[in-house]
Amino acid sequence: MGRYLLRFAGLGYLAVLLVVPVGLVFWRTFEHGLSAPWHAVMTHDARHAFWLTILIALVAVPANTVFGVALALAIVRRRFPGKGIVNAVVDLPLALSPVVIGLALLLLYGRLGWFGPFLDRHGIQIVFALPGMILATIFVSLPFVVREVVPVLREIGTEQEQAASTLGASGFQTLVRITLPAIRWAIAYGVVLTTARCLGEFGAVSVVSGRLAGKTDTLTLYVQDQFESFDLTGAYAASVLLALLAIATLVAMNVFRPKEEIR
Amino acid sequence: MYLGFVVLLPLAALVWRSTREGGHGFWQAISAPEAVAATKLTFVAAFAVAAINAVMGTVLAWVLVRDRFLGQGIVNALIDLPFALPTIVAGLTLVALYGPRSPVGVDAAYTRWAILLALLFVTLPFVVRTVQPTLLELDREMEEAAVSLGAGKLTVFRRIVLPNLVPAILSGVALAYARAIGEFGSVVLITGNLPFKTEVASVYIYGQIQSGAPGTAAAVSVLLLAVSLGVLLAIGALRRWAWRHDG
Repeated sequence: MGRYLLRFAGLGYLAVLLVVPVGLVFWRTFEHGLSAPWHAVMTHDARHAFWLTILIALVAVPANTVFGVALALAIVRRRFPGKGIVNAVVDLPLALSPVVIGLALLLLYGRLGWFGPFLDRHGIQIVFALPGMILATIFVSLPFVVREVVPVLREIGTEQEQAASTLGASGFQTLVRITLPAIRWAIAYGVVLTTARCLGEFGAVSVVSGRLAGKTDTLTLYVQDQFESFDLTGAYAASVLLALLAIATLVAMNVFRPKEEIR
Repeated sequence: MYLGFVVLLPLAALVWRSTREGGHGFWQAISAPEAVAATKLTFVAAFAVAAINAVMGTVLAWVLVRDRFLGQGIVNALIDLPFALPTIVAGLTLVALYGPRSPVGVDAAYTRWAILLALLFVTLPFVVRTVQPTLLELDREMEEAAVSLGAGKLTVFRRIVLPNLVPAILSGVALAYARAIGEFGSVVLITGNLPFKTEVASVYIYGQIQSGAPGTAAAVSVLLLAVSLGVLLAIGALRRWAWRHDG
């Protein structure tokens, strides 16, 4: 009896909070057929927002993958002063409000920021343009690869790497032939999480983008714009597009999920 | 280097900007009535959300680990949906169901309930995902021993299972709390952002940036930054403590 009560409570909570709202958006989008949402996502602004989102992810995800693995290696394999602080700072983007992150970038690269006068003189625009949006996205999605790779690196230990180097492998060879293959699934899982975060980033990008429709609007910003200008069809259609990307991520997450969590 | 360039440098600029008007200016910025109302609301709402998550997250983890039913795998995958779904989409879905054009007749838009809903949506996975692995590894023998000694189900849960889960629950709750304090995308559509009523700290900061008051925005941001950092350090301490008590 108690068992069913718990099951009912848990699943009911999930339904009310998660399944029914998301389902409703899908239904609302397609209730008048496919053509209206199709035309909504094929407008110039929506297409531009879509490609901008993809472009940002294409820069941010590889950057965070390469540097994420490097950071994880540094955290696990090296000893250096201030390691505890580095560890905490890596997690910071997870706990920090995206608006705060956006503001921090604004104060660094904006007109009145530290680098503002220098950038101004050289005619480089970072804030309210693509570079700022990329920096913001890199910032918010930084922890994922590091967090997935660190525990795996700890677990595999250094025995194989040491064996390789006693057999005459160089540092680079050891990395490519021994270490990277051992952590490849963790990297893949981290990349999936990073991608999801990049595609869905809203708060930080919203602060640094300047919100120029058709120029610096990403897909998430486009959703808000359409909603606020009462174009619900457009907002729902773009949301469904993002939700489909999220569901694809979810499927990928379950494929790559670290083995010990599979039951 | 990378970390310093990407994360630390912008944050240093933020802290520096917040102190440019001196301690007095900083204090004035964070004690302005609207700022106080927004931060207070944020901390209280995040606390409520963390408490609800502690209970419902544990229930969900329990159902996923100890129960068996059809479609369990799908439910398990669904838990991560709030992580994968962009926050603005989360906000839009909640407006669709619990907003002005609600098909079930619940209009929570522009009320404080809306904040609660949005925050519960985005923080759902944290407690489930920290408690689940602990529950999975928990030794059933202890519980069986307790039952054989005549303990009821509730007693077993309260005296045996719960104490083992506490570190996991707490670290999940702390993560959810940190996330709830900084949440922006999901609350921005459904709450209407009415000052003194439904405006949370992130939205207040955003408003200050847009109206050209970066100093005020920076001061309140530093406050949030300090809380986030505090929560992270607390989680780190908690993990070390739990780890020491394990071995």
